[in-house]
Amino acid sequence: MPADITLGQLSNLLVYSAMAVYALAMVGYALDSALAARPSARPALAGVAVALPRPERTGRVATSLTVLAFGLHASGVVLRAAAAGRVPWGNMYEFATTGALAATAAYLFFMRRYPLRDLGAWVVGVVLLTLGLSVTVLYTPAGDLVPALDSYWLVIHVIAAIVSGGIFTVGALAAALYLLRRRSAATLERVVHVTHLFAFPLWTFAIIAGAIWAENAWGRYWGWDPKEVWSFVTWVLYAAYLHAQATAGWRGRRATWFALAGYVAFVFNFFGVNMWITGLHSYAGV
Amino acid sequence: MSLETERARSEPRSAEPIRQPRLGPAGWARWAWRRLTSMRTALALLALLALAAVPGSLLPQRGISPADVAGFRERYPTVFPWLDRLGFFEVYSAPWFAAVYLLLLVSLTGCVLPRCRQLWRGWRAGPPAPPPSLARYTERQAWTTTRAASDVLAQAATELRRRRFRVRSEPDAVTAEKGGLRELGNLSFHLSLLVLLVGVAVGSLYGFEGRVIVVEGAGFTNTRTQYDDFVGGPWVDETNLEPFAFTLDSFSARYETSGPQTGTPRDFSAKIAYDADLDGDSRPFEIRVNRPLVVGGTKVFLTGNGYAVDVTVRDGSGEPVFAGPVVFLPLDGNLTSDGVIKVPDARPVELGFEGLFLPTASFEDTGPRSVFPQLLEPQLLLNAWTGDLGLSSGTPQSVYVLDTSGMEQVMVDGEPFTQALRVGETMTLPGGQGSVTFDGVSRFANFQIAYDPGKEISLVAALLLLAGLTASLTVRHRRVVVRVRPGSDGTTSVEAGSLGLTRLGPPSGELARITTTIGAPAADDEPTKE
Repeated sequence: MPADITLGQLSNLLVYSAMAVYALAMVGYALDSALAARPSARPALAGVAVALPRPERTGRVATSLTVLAFGLHASGVVLRAAAAGRVPWGNMYEFATTGALAATAAYLFFMRRYPLRDLGAWVVGVVLLTLGLSVTVLYTPAGDLVPALDSYWLVIHVIAAIVSGGIFTVGALAAALYLLRRRSAATLERVVHVTHLFAFPLWTFAIIAGAIWAENAWGRYWGWDPKEVWSFVTWVLYAAYLHAQATAGWRGRRATWFALAGYVAFVFNFFGVNMWITGLHSYAGV
Repeated sequence: MSLETERARSEPRSAEPIRQPRLGPAGWARWAWRRLTSMRTALALLALLALAAVPGSLLPQRGISPADVAGFRERYPTVFPWLDRLGFFEVYSAPWFAAVYLLLLVSLTGCVLPRCRQLWRGWRAGPPAPPPSLARYTERQAWTTTRAASDVLAQAATELRRRRFRVRSEPDAVTAEKGGLRELGNLSFHLSLLVLLVGVAVGSLYGFEGRVIVVEGAGFTNTRTQYDDFVGGPWVDETNLEPFAFTLDSFSARYETSGPQTGTPRDFSAKIAYDADLDGDSRPFEIRVNRPLVVGGTKVFLTGNGYAVDVTVRDGSGEPVFAGPVVFLPLDGNLTSDGVIKVPDARPVELGFEGLFLPTASFEDTGPRSVFPQLLEPQLLLNAWTGDLGLSSGTPQSVYVLDTSGMEQVMVDGEPFTQALRVGETMTLPGGQGSVTFDGVSRFANFQIAYDPGKEISLVAALLLLAGLTASLTVRHRRVVVRVRPGSDGTTSVEAGSLGLTRLGPPSGELARITTTIGAPAADDEPTKE
């Protein structure tokens, strides 16, 4: 099916608008964190009724902007799918834009249960960075799939990788913030743990689905192709994190380094392996 | 290094020599086993495993791209032998890599087996007797009621059973536990890794992977000799492969014809006729990428394609001495292909040709290359060699490389003799040494043929792994105790508590929901939480 050019352009427009709103949201979150860190802004003034302390409002505005940007971003991804007439994860541009969407979704989802606003500036920043790279370096116009990707396993295997990647992103940022500072460490540590509890089985599923697909495309379910190697490295490092969380003397800060290492391997698997290493997963250009 | 030994080292020395207990061989063995099966060792091995896997993705591997390994040897002749000796070009079958994962598997077995026994005993024993005090319980609630103690307990037991707890009733208390599935999942996750190892081992001992190039109109029979390349396990019965044969009737490809992605492949399809039992009965099938032909346990995959050029070569006497398709291997996405034609039957001297085939030829400043993968402007560029092809020496040769050590290039006016041919054109060598006619072009397809009897075992292991992992990370193992004490005034005081037996405590509000149904005052005040 030929790609619909008008829909594709509309999708790009929505992604650009989402970036603008994300940028505002990031500024809002940064301001919120700065105000929260300023001692005088704390509503700890004894006896003085502070109706709605200033940081609270800034943070809420930033979150509303994030939700708005998420809506624009999601519409952009949906229109991209409509333009190409297939799932919106058939090349690096689409994987990155949909992956960034998953990261925002994961952030908004976990924010309902945990006070995550301090993380906002970082998550939105990473999403913005990913979208920036997507529209400049990785951009590919909407088109059909290459034959290697034309399989229903693309739907299953890649969505699992994208969703777990989004959750890992939130987990990794929480991990970095947890290692960097002492304030609200218990909450952050819990967020790090819970996000990884969610994402690790999903990532395992993504690898298993990928192996089944590989068996159906090349006749072997595991061949140590560079992409397979790095997903294995990622899996082992995250497994080490979860084990460290259950090991006396390792729980907490030491364990968290494993989670960060796992995320580094995950990101390298997407950017590094696609761009610098040739293997069976090198297709669809950038 | 463990904390214990560090502590021992830092202790002040006393004047008298310390008489330490001596460890016998059994003691040392036990010590080593404890160390190996400890969580710290497992963590170190996991980190090591991640690290050990990395070089295989950065250095070329023999099993994946032998040509790149050869290229690496040429570029780095000094470091190559050292890296090679250490197994860096076959990382995943290197002894040090195997050592890491085998130690890890032994470590986890040693850790998991005792826990299996524990789980079994715990399951047989059921929930433990109620504790003397609920002080340790993270959520607690207490109230008094006028109902009889036995009533309250009976109702508590019913409610807990309804919620699928395992219940133990005592005269003055009820203990109940739920979520034992967590540990079961944890153990099945770890044990599934052993099953996975069995699946992989069966595959690499009894399985094989082979590759073959088939030109349109030609066929393939599944016997060892017909493969261009065959990698089988040590226990593969090469004389007894799945009996089947197929012929490639036609190969078609579709590419993007416009826009920035012009030339990107969109569809490949190999139409074949296959004979499943070699009984002469053949059926049509279309092999596509992601859609293999399956015969018994053997699968045939379409993994690549290219062009074969049809040529007729005549020698000095004018007799046709070679005719047929010659496979030219693609060099790029637009199927600029190179190949050689060897004519050992030519007289008076043997002939060899080296050349490029361009499906859509372009001769711009970058040199001859193809600019589109379909046959829009097919041209065959050849240069010629005469002399000894080296085929009679008995040394095996690649059919894609011309060994020119015993040959001389055909020259005209001091320049190599080269000609670009369109279909139907003939290139005549100077000095009456012969000619080559470009008759036409056909497609060839690369097939990968694989047999892996261990893959079902691996699949079961993977599913067991995933189910076990999910259960072990999401199920909450917890205990609920309801205890009653008759008061002096005929009332009954009830105390209930719940305790998470793993890090993710009991589901929030569960205790309150249970106590409300057994007559606790409506939860306007939350249960005490610590």
